[in-house]
Amino acid sequence: MPEMLSTALPLVAVDPTTASGDTAWLLAAAALVLIMAPGLAIFYGGMVRAKSVLNMMMMVFGALAVVMVVWILVGYSLAFGDDLGGGLVGDPTQYAAFKGMLEEVPGAPYPITLFATFQGLFAVITVGLIAGAIADRTRFGTWLVFAGLWTVVVYAPVAHWIFDFSAGDHVGGWMANELGALDFAGGTAVEINSGAAGLAAALVLGRRVGFGREPMKPHNLTLVMIGAGLLWFGWFGFNAGSALGATNTAAIVFVNTLLAGCTGLLAWLAVERFRDGHATSFGAASGVVAGLVAITPACGFVTPLGAMAVGVAAGAICAVAIGLKHKLRYDDSLDVVGVHLVGGLVGTILIGFLASSTVNGVDGLLYGGGADQLGKQLVAAGATLAYSFTATVLLVLLLEKTMGFRVDEDDEMAGVDLVIHAETAYDLHTTGGARLHFGPETGNLQS
Amino acid sequence: MKLVTAVVKPHKWEDVRSALEVVGVTGMTVSEVSGYGRQKGHTEIYRGAEYDIALVPKVRIEIVADDAAVDEIVDTILRAAQTGKVGDGKVWVSPVESVVRVRTGDSGPAAV
Repeated sequence: MPEMLSTALPLVAVDPTTASGDTAWLLAAAALVLIMAPGLAIFYGGMVRAKSVLNMMMMVFGALAVVMVVWILVGYSLAFGDDLGGGLVGDPTQYAAFKGMLEEVPGAPYPITLFATFQGLFAVITVGLIAGAIADRTRFGTWLVFAGLWTVVVYAPVAHWIFDFSAGDHVGGWMANELGALDFAGGTAVEINSGAAGLAAALVLGRRVGFGREPMKPHNLTLVMIGAGLLWFGWFGFNAGSALGATNTAAIVFVNTLLAGCTGLLAWLAVERFRDGHATSFGAASGVVAGLVAITPACGFVTPLGAMAVGVAAGAICAVAIGLKHKLRYDDSLDVVGVHLVGGLVGTILIGFLASSTVNGVDGLLYGGGADQLGKQLVAAGATLAYSFTATVLLVLLLEKTMGFRVDEDDEMAGVDLVIHAETAYDLHTTGGARLHFGPETGNLQS
Repeated sequence: MKLVTAVVKPHKWEDVRSALEVVGVTGMTVSEVSGYGRQKGHTEIYRGAEYDIALVPKVRIEIVADDAAVDEIVDTILRAAQTGKVGDGKVWVSPVESVVRVRTGDSGPAAV
């Protein structure tokens, strides 16, 4: 912490450099979390129709750029600055634009700039996830504004609640400290948060033209599989990086993350095989992600056996939950609700049953710890869901009324790639029909 | 016998198919095609280089039908595919000399 600078220097002969092992792991983990953004773009891109794959990828890449900038300017300070009261939000000016964070702190486990950047990438993924709920039908400019505002209004406060621990003079958020809810890497702030926001945005913006009538099947399942693989790879940084050190806990989290992906895949396929008669590639990719979503909060509190149970529960429950949108007729285009909201709830709540003190000192109901922790988990999950849903409804409504969030019906049918970005993803007419036209600025290139 | 050919907007093809099923059309050949008419093409931009794209994606539907059914089929396609905007497409009817069903060898109206 920067405030240690003034006191710690002359008294003890501490190592003048930060811990190199922990810092090295956190640097690598942050890069792994970054690759989840293009991974998500590919995962989502394959799921949409060919006429909107570029827009889907641009929503994720655009969110990456906007959220990271907003995070450095004010988001980190809102989430990890000293609490302004009630454990609700941090001081937005304290670390604005990484103010006072750049000097090396002797003996620190890792540079605080690195921690802040690592946390910023979590915000990136969370916002990117929301895009899947409103695919094919949103204005890109409005989406970028939404990404920035949502980071400030929703992500940063919720991250403060659950991720900001009190230490010394520093007062953090209410969920982590007063309530004592457990969330290792973001079952609440990332998964429930994005899922509830996706549901809110999909409800406010409405269904796509032809939803439930026209086929809206994924245009490229090989992209979906590659994207799921990249997400899984990056998720090691997300979860094991959240140990904030190259430690035994990081190793347990690593194996738990691996196992929950495996059992998520198997459980989803089992449901498909018995319900639909076929185990599908799309189901395998979805099952991996469902397992990873659910293990995100639980990975630092359960044994490998517990992680496998979490993956099974998430894979099976999410495989059923994705059917809700057809029954209830809300167009959560790429199942952000069915996978991230439901999977996040499964993982966050299962901590109350499966936490084992052999891993991190807390026993859940099934390990003889009573229902105490389960109650705390339910409060944290419910509060995140309620706040994210309500705030997102208001934010999307505001943007729809002022800037316009949804594209015209004609543009939606023509495809947002062409209308918004003036590009097509796949050139299937190479034999003709495209005439290079030099605009006024480049007209002299012809001579 | 006649060949009814229709070129319609891609997102209207599912409506056309449903409407044709209602009037008893049991099969058709469908291709994804591109072309242009009065509907303008569009511009695409790649690193600042603009391309005029003349071709617009369409769906072509072909149905071989008995003479008596042709008017209803054309009407049905018109009703289902019309948006009232430029680019709705065309329907045309041409004579067919003979038709043979490959599986049975049946020919004439029995084969359609």
